[in-house]
Amino acid sequence: MNSLTRTENQALARTVLELDVNNHPGVMSHVVGLFSRRAYNVEGILVMPVGSGETSRIWLLVNEDERLDQMVKQVEKLEDVLAVRRHGAEHEVFVRLEEFFL
Amino acid sequence: MSQKTPETLTGAQIVVRLLERQGVRTLAGIPGGAILPIYDALSKSTLIHHVLARHEQGGGFMAQGMARVTGVPAVCMASSGPGATNLLTAVADAKLDSIPLVAITGQVPRAMIGTDAFQEVDTYGLSIPITKHNFLVSSADQLLDIVPRAFRIAASGRPGPVLVDIPKDVQNQLVEVDEWPEPGCAELIPPPDVELVERAAAMINQAVKPILYLGGGVVHSGASKVAVGLAEKAGLPTVMTLMALGAMAVDHDLSLGMLGMHGARCTNLALDECDLLIAVGARFDDRATGKVAGFCPQAKIIHIDIDPSELDKIKTAHVGIAGDVQTVLEMLLPKIESPLREAWLARVASLKAAQPLRMPGVDDPRTPYGLIRAVADCLDDEATITTDVGQHQMWVAQAYPLRRPRQWLTSGGLGTMGFGMPAAIGAALAEPERTVVCFTGDGSILMNVQELVTAAEENVNVKIVLMNNSSLGLVFQQQTMFYGERIYASKFKGMPDFVRVAEGFGVPAIDLDAEIDPRAALAAALSTRGPMLIHVSIAMHEQVLPMVPPGAANKEMIGG
Repeated sequence: MNSLTRTENQALARTVLELDVNNHPGVMSHVVGLFSRRAYNVEGILVMPVGSGETSRIWLLVNEDERLDQMVKQVEKLEDVLAVRRHGAEHEVFVRLEEFFL
Repeated sequence: MSQKTPETLTGAQIVVRLLERQGVRTLAGIPGGAILPIYDALSKSTLIHHVLARHEQGGGFMAQGMARVTGVPAVCMASSGPGATNLLTAVADAKLDSIPLVAITGQVPRAMIGTDAFQEVDTYGLSIPITKHNFLVSSADQLLDIVPRAFRIAASGRPGPVLVDIPKDVQNQLVEVDEWPEPGCAELIPPPDVELVERAAAMINQAVKPILYLGGGVVHSGASKVAVGLAEKAGLPTVMTLMALGAMAVDHDLSLGMLGMHGARCTNLALDECDLLIAVGARFDDRATGKVAGFCPQAKIIHIDIDPSELDKIKTAHVGIAGDVQTVLEMLLPKIESPLREAWLARVASLKAAQPLRMPGVDDPRTPYGLIRAVADCLDDEATITTDVGQHQMWVAQAYPLRRPRQWLTSGGLGTMGFGMPAAIGAALAEPERTVVCFTGDGSILMNVQELVTAAEENVNVKIVLMNNSSLGLVFQQQTMFYGERIYASKFKGMPDFVRVAEGFGVPAIDLDAEIDPRAALAAALSTRGPMLIHVSIAMHEQVLPMVPPGAANKEMIGG
């Protein structure tokens, strides 16, 4: 990923992953650790508690990659991950945030 | 939840009570400052026998030995900081071989976490990638939920290690306990997809040259019997991974033994010709497959595994079935016809006759193969066999007549030198009626040699067969074969007197080199109860063959 220019990187197809997780201090480490150990870059992360705060929702913006199916299966195996949903890059969650990253 | 009168207990007492309720009767560990409250509570337990390891990694492997022979989660304990870091290798080893383990570590008090306190390390963070799940307990009442959950997670689905890190002040915290949770048990697995099982059956019935490929999951699932039943009913030549040895008796007519890097020529060549590969509880490990593109290149693949993430991970399956392998095989069996596969079985038989596993020196107990067979000749199938890691491990995997699931304990995925002896101690603690033989090498034994004193202290029925070639044999072999014979850092210049080392630790020892009748000496040593070290010199130039060069396809094997 490091050798790609910013333009090339942005040209890659993107996927948005939506995770429902238990809200506790270790859950982010569990999730991102699965990506970092495979040198699979996470382009964007957004997390907020949901409802009473028992659970959180994690939104991940990642590049489409032949490893993505395996990544999703690995994320689904995590004890604190309750559900994983896949969305296309057109999902607006990160698009709407773009104004904070200008 | 069972009703009891409320009791006020410390977190430490709760941990010990939960372990007792879980059925834990033996555990291994080493105390230290941050886990002393739990040890104090443990001292009052009349049910739990604590085995004092001499290094936390040794304790971890003792627990693995117990878990591997019983299939039930076993427990190891360590203090914070170096206690926890020393334990990590045994935990990682359990992760890669899917062994149910519950590791309990002490941690500095909550208020001191993150201050670089004495013996503080981020055990939680360090253990994330090497556990199935882990916990940092933040209050004593959570223990009532977390401890049974740890056992449930360790035992459920694909087994694995769970680490519970407990700060010292949480161990000392008083809590009123009204009712106790039920012990943690393995959860039921969703039933497999019937339609996929039908398709798999049809593929097996239509195949001309099928092979059954058994992995460690068959042993974990208790599916050995039904797997052998399937092989017999469908006429399937069968290969096993290192982890699956014992699932089918190696001398069964249909057995082709171990596949892969050190498999027999006939085994890898049969795989090269097969038109259907039925992978059961196996994960297409690189030591089994060689270069993946060259593995069973003409075969369709049926892959059955309890872990959905194993399906399509290395090889895309034509039919991938997620489910408990025993359940799937039991559903599959009645749908299988008994086709005549005369041509294929004859072809496999001719491969076996023409290119069997060659075992030079098998009749001479002073050679690797001969020694292993001589040990086997003194024992029956009730014996448990452990190994360390290296040449001796591969020779035993090739030559020992393994016939029983859970008879064979070896570090497969992580390949940890130092595994064998403490795992043997754990196996003997869990099943004291058995003779446990640990095959080891002069490199491996030194990696956890301190546990000899634990073996002596517990008087376990463990026989350590030390195959001494004065080198790191598999490194020596690879430097010889692939690095232009540039032998570097693999020949030992200094060599301990292992007989005196063992005796110094309180373990009786014999030197087979000095025995005029080595078979008689072996028979006497193996039939005497209690720990014993049996030292045997073997030639440094002995190689494990055949060998698939790392990165090559299995049919490109050298030698044998």
